[in-house]
Amino acid sequence: MNQPRYTHTAVALHWLLAVMLATAFALGSYMTDLKLSPAKLQYYSWHKWLGMTVLAFALLRLAWRLTHRPPPLPSSTPRWQVLAAASGHWALYFLMLAIPLSGWAFSSAAGYPVVYLGIWQLPDWVPKDKALAEQMQDAHEWLTTLLWVVVAVHISAALKHQFIDRDGLLGRMWFARKGS
Amino acid sequence: MTRNPRSLTRKILLPVLLLASLGSTAALNLDPGKSRVSATFRQMNVPVEGLFTQVSGQIVFDASKPEASTAGIQITTAGFDLGAEDYNAEVRKKEWFDSKTFPQATFVSTGFKPLGGDRYQASGQLTIKGKVQNITVPVAVKREAAATLFSGVLPVSRKAFGIGDAGWNEVVDDTVQVNFRLVQPH
Repeated sequence: MNQPRYTHTAVALHWLLAVMLATAFALGSYMTDLKLSPAKLQYYSWHKWLGMTVLAFALLRLAWRLTHRPPPLPSSTPRWQVLAAASGHWALYFLMLAIPLSGWAFSSAAGYPVVYLGIWQLPDWVPKDKALAEQMQDAHEWLTTLLWVVVAVHISAALKHQFIDRDGLLGRMWFARKGS
Repeated sequence: MTRNPRSLTRKILLPVLLLASLGSTAALNLDPGKSRVSATFRQMNVPVEGLFTQVSGQIVFDASKPEASTAGIQITTAGFDLGAEDYNAEVRKKEWFDSKTFPQATFVSTGFKPLGGDRYQASGQLTIKGKVQNITVPVAVKREAAATLFSGVLPVSRKAFGIGDAGWNEVVDDTVQVNFRLVQPH
């Protein structure tokens, strides 16, 4: 079945962000419970570098999405599925931006400016403030939990289409084969 | 009834003299509440500042004879505050300040050399963790109405004093800037 698919740019950004988000999450979950050590400081820095990279790529992803209409869903798609897909996708865009932004604010409010790749000190766009740091930490962690709930639904829906509906929708988010 | 002159001396004169001498030494003391000594450094190139919360000292400074000036500063190493208890506990450990063994870091100056204007070069011995280094540090001296302020920045190498270890050296810079602003009430 020859079906419309996402552009190669959209596909690349999608999977790249998925891998970066999963890695940042794994690092973030692991590092916070560690006892203070040189390694802990390294992990915190790497987590922040990854987070800022996610922010940059998420902005690129959003810019691409706003300027490149995704392939339309089959006309037989029930209306509730069209709405559910749109809600889920926009929730993911929101979370991919809100999570790194809350992390950046958390770091600044806690008194630690983010130094990207250990080279470029990013501006603190919130003041150093203990109460704000606690709020931003909570936001960062709750938004991350929300992200994985939405991702779980996102993945479940993709698998449903692939193995239950067997409509090949998953193939839309992969690179076209030569000649197709 | 006869009064014993020696007992008079002991009971009145000596205490008065003692109080008077305490008074004149007190005039040289730094105000620990108003004085501020902090250390700034970088970890993974992120700037961090810690505050030495227990600082005391005495400075005898004579602008007309700076070379005769003396200073003695004592800092309690266990009082270093990085803003989080796990960091503070780490810095008290053997690898770092080893506060149990070396409770104080001290600076003893034997002379100030005028550099022009309100700036002087203080030379002396900095002792941290049992190691002694001869250092010089530029100091700005400002006489205000209620107190004299002595301020400056001294870069200190952790390695020179055996502070930190190979593992920590991978993420923490060697140079620590010690920023001081000492207040000596008149």
